[in-house]
Amino acid sequence: MSAPPSFLRERAMAEEAGLRSRHPDAFRAHWRRRAGVVGGLGAALLLFVFALWDLDVSWGRVIGGIGRLGEFTELMFPPRFGTVERLWSYLHALVETVAIAFLGTLLAAILAAPFGFLAARNVVPQALFHFGLRRVLDTLRSVDTLIWALVWINVVGLGPFAGVLAIMSSDFGAFGKLFSEALEAADRKPVEGVVSAGGGPLHRVRFGLLPQVLPVVASQVLYFFESNTRSATIIGIVGAGGIGQHLYEQIKILEWGHVSFLVLLVLAAVFVIDAISARLRFAIIGQRTGV
Amino acid sequence: MPGQSGSFAAMGATVPTLPAGQAAALIRAYDLQVAARRRQTLLGFAVVAGLALVFGVLAEADPTKLVANIGRLTSYVGRLFVLDSGQLVLLDPREWFWGLGKWLKLLGETLLIAYLGTVIGGLGAFVLSFLAARNTAPSGWMCFVVRRFLEVCRTVPEIVFALVFVVAFGLGALPGVLALAIHTMGALGKLFSEVVENIDMKPIDGVRATGAAWIPTIRFAAVPQVLSNFTSYALLRFEINVRGAAIMGFVGAGGIGQDLVEAIRKFYYSDVSAILVLIVVTVMCIDLATERARHALLGREADR
Repeated sequence: MSAPPSFLRERAMAEEAGLRSRHPDAFRAHWRRRAGVVGGLGAALLLFVFALWDLDVSWGRVIGGIGRLGEFTELMFPPRFGTVERLWSYLHALVETVAIAFLGTLLAAILAAPFGFLAARNVVPQALFHFGLRRVLDTLRSVDTLIWALVWINVVGLGPFAGVLAIMSSDFGAFGKLFSEALEAADRKPVEGVVSAGGGPLHRVRFGLLPQVLPVVASQVLYFFESNTRSATIIGIVGAGGIGQHLYEQIKILEWGHVSFLVLLVLAAVFVIDAISARLRFAIIGQRTGV
Repeated sequence: MPGQSGSFAAMGATVPTLPAGQAAALIRAYDLQVAARRRQTLLGFAVVAGLALVFGVLAEADPTKLVANIGRLTSYVGRLFVLDSGQLVLLDPREWFWGLGKWLKLLGETLLIAYLGTVIGGLGAFVLSFLAARNTAPSGWMCFVVRRFLEVCRTVPEIVFALVFVVAFGLGALPGVLALAIHTMGALGKLFSEVVENIDMKPIDGVRATGAAWIPTIRFAAVPQVLSNFTSYALLRFEINVRGAAIMGFVGAGGIGQDLVEAIRKFYYSDVSAILVLIVVTVMCIDLATERARHALLGREADR
């Protein structure tokens, strides 16, 4: 920042008493508001201290841990992958991770589409049904991907397919909710236009609602694909395929060079996918609003 | 009204029609446009289908295995709701929630982990967001460095941080808190800096004109504009972190996840469902409460 002119400031400081008497409101202390802020912050701080005490966080542990973390970080450089065979198995796991995210997102979107319509208030105007379906979707959504992975492993066995199904299950609820919200936020006028031109219920959805919600939905699906690439990197921890398996093993055997290499692989993959998907999202939204 | 209908008729009569040649050209152009768009859509579908096929092979997706074993899912879900004695869980809630005291304590621990993670990460994000926003960053290279740092923090999943921290700090809640805090800092830092980039720059110019340094400028010109949005995002993040903290126990980083994963691994079916019910209900309550608080906050902002 460049040095601002101090002329104004000098003039104001010289005349402070006059300013105070002419604008009492601007200088008054708002004790009530301050008490509220201080009270809120105090309560937050108390809870913070209580949490530190309850969770047994001590400075000794923190400092000791940070020291060890420093050692690990030193060992992480340079990142290495050992043999070429190892490298291939890592790359295969990386592609598998992307595959799990892609298929999981796609399946969830396809399955959730009809439920999104059913859960939208302006498509099925039935309060009790609406409430029930929303709660079911909420419940599916609040069970984490890792837990779903453990459940699906019982069904289809260890491996990436369980990961696909796990991502599908936890995203199904989220998509159902998002789709129905997109439908509810849609403008009613195009629908009325279709009705006034003699369109039936199917026409209403196809020409009145779909063109409005498709771009929104498509960009949300892409966004979830991005975030699922991150989720897919961890489900390997419970044995549901992807690069997480390797990551878990290498951390357990303290091979920090391999760990940093795997993390770099994940970072690279996520950045590439983010870039592609951001472009696609922009293209979809730009193209549709232009029409 | 005869006059009006007359004017309608007159209007109908005066609508000009294009000469046939011109109209045909326009229609052709329109058809071409529609066809092009349709081709594009079909191409998109084809690409998605092709990718799905390739990835399906890679991910060993086997629909037949799913169909053949779908009975295991239904029987698994069915067993979740039956006690060891063979009774339905709803008929004997006391037996179902036999470990309620222990679980509630672990649930409280989970909430505290999420709270600490959100507060620590939120504070870090608060400081870094002003350095990462283009309009308030003191220098270009600092903006670049902070942005990359935040990106790394939010791209590495919190469980991976937790795995590393468990080795460094030992088992317990501390690694969970730190893992959540780092991930939260990355995620909130991005959202916060986007809020900062959208602020009105006039107050900043005003405060700067009085000769204020960087910190007072941010304190008096930027912070009052962004605080309610920041709080709203932090509340949203708290809800996400409660979900995250619930699975931290999977890798030994504290909270109720430890008991949950143990129950799943050892096939204590009714325990699994009891713990899941507790988690889902807690998450839903927090979801509702934070949504209320956020609407109140943003509503107050709109009123001002």
